[in-house]
This record gives sequence, C-alpha cells and structure tokens, in this order.
Amino acid sequence: MTEHERTPVDYIEVTRRTYDGLGYPPYHWVRSEEPPAFAPVTKPLSACRVALIASGGVYRQGQIAFHFRDDASYRVIDTSVPTDELRATHFAYDLRDARADINVVFPIDTLRALRDEGTIAGLTDEAYTFMGGIYSARKVAEELAPALVDRVVAQEADLCLLVPV
Amino acid sequence: MCHQSVGLIARAVEAAGIPTLSMTSAWSITASVNPPRAAFVDYPLGHTTGQPHDRADQLRIVRDGLRCFEQIGEPGTIVDLGADWGEQGWREQPLRGASRTATAAAAGSDRPAKADDGDSRGARHATPQYQLDEDRLAAEARHGADKACVACVGFDD
Repeated sequence: MTEHERTPVDYIEVTRRTYDGLGYPPYHWVRSEEPPAFAPVTKPLSACRVALIASGGVYRQGQIAFHFRDDASYRVIDTSVPTDELRATHFAYDLRDARADINVVFPIDTLRALRDEGTIAGLTDEAYTFMGGIYSARKVAEELAPALVDRVVAQEADLCLLVPV
Repeated sequence: MCHQSVGLIARAVEAAGIPTLSMTSAWSITASVNPPRAAFVDYPLGHTTGQPHDRADQLRIVRDGLRCFEQIGEPGTIVDLGADWGEQGWREQPLRGASRTATAAAAGSDRPAKADDGDSRGARHATPQYQLDEDRLAAEARHGADKACVACVGFDD
C-alpha cells in the first residue's frame, strides 16, 4: 500500500463515533480475509473497452429512481446518453455537486473524452448504476454483484472501472 | 457503505476474469473490503471522479486512475492519486458534506452555504426518490403495468 501525505479520513472510525453518539450498535464492516482475485491485464489501455459501474444513485430521466432502504436494484445506462438526462439520488452524500455536474460521481463525459483522445479504445455500450448505501453486505454479494458480473461479462468488457461515493 | 458495496462487486467482477479498478475516497473502508486495485482520491465524499465543472481535474483523476491498470502488479494495492481539494475544513466533519457549487453560490449572497448540523445524510425512504418531479412523471409514463422496462432491473418482490 502507498503512503499518503495527509492522513485519509477514517470513515470506519467516523461511522463508529456517529453510531455510538446515536446509541446504535456498531456497524460490522466487511473485512475480507481472502485476498482478491487478480485477473491479468493483457492489452494496452489504449486497446481496452471499459465498463463503468457507479454507486452514486445515478438514473436517467424516464427510469425509476432509487429508494433508500437497502435498494439492491440497478439501472442500465446507455453510454451514448445525453449528459443532461442524468440525475442523482442518494441519502448518504452531499448531492449538490453531482446534480450540478454528474461527472463527479459518474464520469461519462470524462470517459468519452479519454476515448476521443485515445487513452482507452472505448466504452461498453452499457454502464450500470446503483444506490450503494446498502447496509446488507449479503444482499450485495448474493444479489447485486452476480447480476452485474453477468452484465459486464456479456458486454465483453476488457476492463471495469468502479466508482463509489 | 457505497465503498463497501463497490469493493464487493469489484472482487466479484475480477473473479469472473475481468480486471477492475475501484476509485475510492474512503481509504479504510476500501482497505477492509480489499478490492484487487484501487485509486485514492482525497476529496470529500461525492467527488470520487473530480470536482464539478473542472474538466482538467476530472480528466487527470480518471486518466491517472485508469493507468493503475498498467501499474498495479500486486493484488490489494491502493495508489494515491495525489488529489488536493485545497481548503481542508471538510475533514473536521466529513459527514457534513462539501459542495463547490454551494460555496460558489454562497459567495454571492449573505446566506451560509449550508446549515451546520454535522451530518448531511437524509432519511432512508422506502419509495423512489426522484431528483425532479418531472422525472417521476416520466418514469410513471414509461412504467405502466404492461410496459416492461429492460433498464430498471432487480427490484424486490
């Protein structure tokens, strides 16, 4: 792991203090005992099609918005979407900047620009969004993650970029 | 919670053979879930891929993030992208939220950017929470009883 010049905010500790102050029991964060899988990157970045998955509660106008009670559904966003049709809804982060410029949590214009400049080969046709404030890690691991894996594999993505908030 | 969910999904996608890179602004949560590759952006939550209306910042962060695919050789590595928000007051109450947009608007008025209640998190409503009421109308028009939608997937029964 790389050292950071400033001490990063420890959100596990911040959450513990907040819950403690409210009289709630501590939240049990996932601590992975097993090391992660590690798939080899076999092509240069400039030859790779990238799939985007973002958790910031992004939806496209016309789609059903997310609710805030462990919503494990997801939305399919066409990566040719006009940026002004994108919205953000979430209970756990300050939405003002995301609603002013969705690229702060869903870097769609950024990735299209990186494609145009040749840094990446392109985007998959579909991107995926969900509302990541899901307290049930089981629901994520058993329902949402397998569904998104199937989608990303079907898109024949070379790489997958994930953006939490 | 978002960072935990994303970490779990990254591990699952990678296990299916597709290399992943997770952006993160919550180092400790990401380190705990331990996704295969991560890139740290030291900004207040809600800005994981850059500051609003700052194309140069957004491009640099996402470009440098993507380069981690070629740079990270050891599973579980978190690379610090060196992002600098500037003013550091947000660290004092990180759940309060921070907004460039609101700060810019407040600069032109006498009102503070936000009431300081120490926590910007909202109630956990169980119904869809639309940004705009016109979004609700558009969604309802498109999701009548006989209009199945292939883009909104995975609702509870």
